[in-house]
Amino acid sequence: MTQNPSPLPSYTPTRRQMIAAGTGFAALMLAPSAQATTQEMEKAILAFTGGVKPRESRVTVDIPVLLESGASVPTKVSVESAMQGDDFVTSLALFNEKNPQPNVAVFHFSARSGQATAQTRIRLGDSQKIVAVAKMRDGSYYMGAIEVIVTLPACAEDA
Amino acid sequence: MRRAGGFVVLGSACLASLASAEIPLDQRKSGADFISAATRAMQEDDTANPAMLSTLDGESMWNEKAGGAQKSCGDCHGPAPKSMKGVAARYPAYNVARQAPVDLSGQINACRTDQQKAEAFKPESAQLLALSAYIGSQSRGLPVSPPDDARLASFRARGEALWSQRIGQLNFSCAQCHDDNWGKRLGSALIPQAHPNAYPIYRLDWQGMGSLQRRFRNCMSGVRAEAYPYGAQEFIDLEVFLAHRARGMPVETPGVRP
Amino acid sequence: MAGNMGRALISLPAKAKRGDVIEIRAMIAHPMETGFRPDSQGRLVARDIVNRFECLFEGEQVFACDLFPAMSANPYLSFTMRADMSGELVFRWRDDSGALSEEKRRIEVE
Ligand code: HEC
Ligand code: HEC
Repeated sequence: MTQNPSPLPSYTPTRRQMIAAGTGFAALMLAPSAQATTQEMEKAILAFTGGVKPRESRVTVDIPVLLESGASVPTKVSVESAMQGDDFVTSLALFNEKNPQPNVAVFHFSARSGQATAQTRIRLGDSQKIVAVAKMRDGSYYMGAIEVIVTLPACAEDA
Repeated sequence: MRRAGGFVVLGSACLASLASAEIPLDQRKSGADFISAATRAMQEDDTANPAMLSTLDGESMWNEKAGGAQKSCGDCHGPAPKSMKGVAARYPAYNVARQAPVDLSGQINACRTDQQKAEAFKPESAQLLALSAYIGSQSRGLPVSPPDDARLASFRARGEALWSQRIGQLNFSCAQCHDDNWGKRLGSALIPQAHPNAYPIYRLDWQGMGSLQRRFRNCMSGVRAEAYPYGAQEFIDLEVFLAHRARGMPVETPGVRP
Repeated sequence: MAGNMGRALISLPAKAKRGDVIEIRAMIAHPMETGFRPDSQGRLVARDIVNRFECLFEGEQVFACDLFPAMSANPYLSFTMRADMSGELVFRWRDDSGALSEEKRRIEVE
C-alpha cells in the first residue's frame, strides 16, 4: 500500500486480488472458497505495514452489536493520538476476514485532521472479524479489532 | 443480490393466532420502531440518510422542463415546499378522469403524460422514486390524512379484504403477520405493523430506493404467493386501506429499512 | 461509461470557531459495483467503484480515502478537520471508469 501520491492515483487491483475475489453476497455463497481468509487478511495487513506486526492497542473499531443487513454496516474507526509531532496517525487501514478481498478502505489523515477518526459503511457477507491498523508517523503500527455478527433479513426478494 | 425466496421461518407455531384483530389506534407504531437504533439514526439524520440522494434528485427534477409541453413540474405548481406540503399525506386520492383512486406515483405519472406530454416513468425507476421521495418529504411530520371521500369506500373495503385473505403456499394473510403478530421475530427481523408512512424508502439490502408496492411484492413472495404486477388495482386498493389504517400517524418519508 | 457518477451530499457546518474540530460528511451516489456480481444471464457485471476520495482545504489535502469493493453502495464518509481559518474546501472523487467529480464548499471561521 503506497502512501497517497495525490491527486487521485489509480488503484489497480493485483491479479491475485482479482482472482481471490467474489464480492457480492450471492457470489460469496456460491463460491465460499473465493473468500478472503484469515491468512489473506494477515497478508494484507503485513503488506500495509511493510512486514511489521502491529501492536494491539490504541485503535478502536466500533460497529453496532445488532446488525440487520450486511449491505451497509455503520463502522467507526478511531485512534488515540494527539495528532501532533510523532504521535501522529498518517493512515488507517480497514481489513476484513471474509469478504472476497481483505481490503475495505484506507483513510489518510493530515495535520489539519485534528483527530484520527473516520466513519463509513461497509459490506459484510457474513459474521467475521474486522481489523483496523494505524500507521504512525514514527513508523510504528497499532491495531484494533472487532467480531461482527450479521443476521439475514426475513424477507428475501424474489426478483 | 439474490437469495432463495421465502420467509425464513414459516409454517411454524410461532404465528399461531387465528382471528385477526385490528390494531387499536393508540397501539400503532411506525416501522422505525422495529428497526435497529443504527438504521433508525440513519433515517432521522438527513446528512446520513442515503434516501436523501434520491430526494435531492427529485428536487432537481422538479424544475426540469420535459415532454411536448416543455414544462417543468415547478412551472405549473410553483415551489414544492409550498404547493406539495401535505399532498403525499392525502394519497391515494380519487381521480375523476380515471374513475379510480391513484397513488402518488400514479398522480406523478398522470402529470407526466397529461400535463407534460411526456412518457410515463417506469415503475421503480430512479426518476419516479426520486420525485415520490421529494414530494413525500414535503409532508414529513404531517399526519397521514386519507381523504374523507365516499368514492374511496369500495376500494378501501376491497383492500381490507385482500389484507385479510390467506395467500400463497404458506397460506398466510397480511393481517396474520402485521395485525396479530407484530413485534414478534421472524428469522432475524421483527414483524412491523406495515404502515406506509415512510415510503418510498431506502432499503440497505436493495442498496437503493423502493416503493411501497415493491415491499408488498416482497411480502407476497415471502409467503410464496404470486405477486401482483406494479400498478395493479389490488395494490392501489391495499394502499387505500393502509392509508386509512395509518391515519393520523406522522409521515416519515424518506425512510430507511434494513 | 461515466454514467455512474451522480450526486453527492456533503455536509459541514457553514461556520466554526477557530480551533474547533468539525465533522465533515460526504455521501456519494454510486452503485459501487463490486465486479463479482453476476447479472441475470450469469455474466459478471464489470467492477465500477469510487476508488478514491479526497478533501482539500485551500489546496492542501485534509483527508483522503482509498475505497475497495467492500465499501457499501452510495459510499458514506465522515471525517474531521480542525478549523483554523476561513477558506474553500474542495471535495473530489473518481470511479473505475475514470469519471471525476468535484464539489466545493466554503467555511467561515471566527
Ligand atoms: C409471514 C409474515 C408476513 C406476511 C404474511 C406479510 N408480511 Fe409484510 N412484513 C413482514 C416482515 C417480517 C416485514 C419486515 C421485513 C424487513 O424489514 O426485513 C414486513 C414488512 C412489511 C411492510 C413494510 C413496513 C415498514 O415499516 O417498512 C409492509 C408495508 C408490509 N410488510 C405489507 C404486507 C402486505 C400488504 C402483506 C400481504 C400481502 C404482508 N405484508 C404480508 C412479514 C409479513
Ligand atoms: C401543465 C401543468 C402541470 C405540469 C407541468 C405538472 N402538473 Fe401536476 N398538476 C397539474 C394540475 C392541473 C393538477 C390538478 C389536476 C389533476 O389532478 O391532474 C396537478 C396535480 C398534481 C398533484 C396532486 C396535487 C394534489 O393536491 O392532489 C401532484 C402530486 C402533481 N401534480 C405532481 C406533479 C409533478 C411531480 C409534475 C412533474 C413531473 C407535475 N405535477 C407537472 C398541472 C401540472
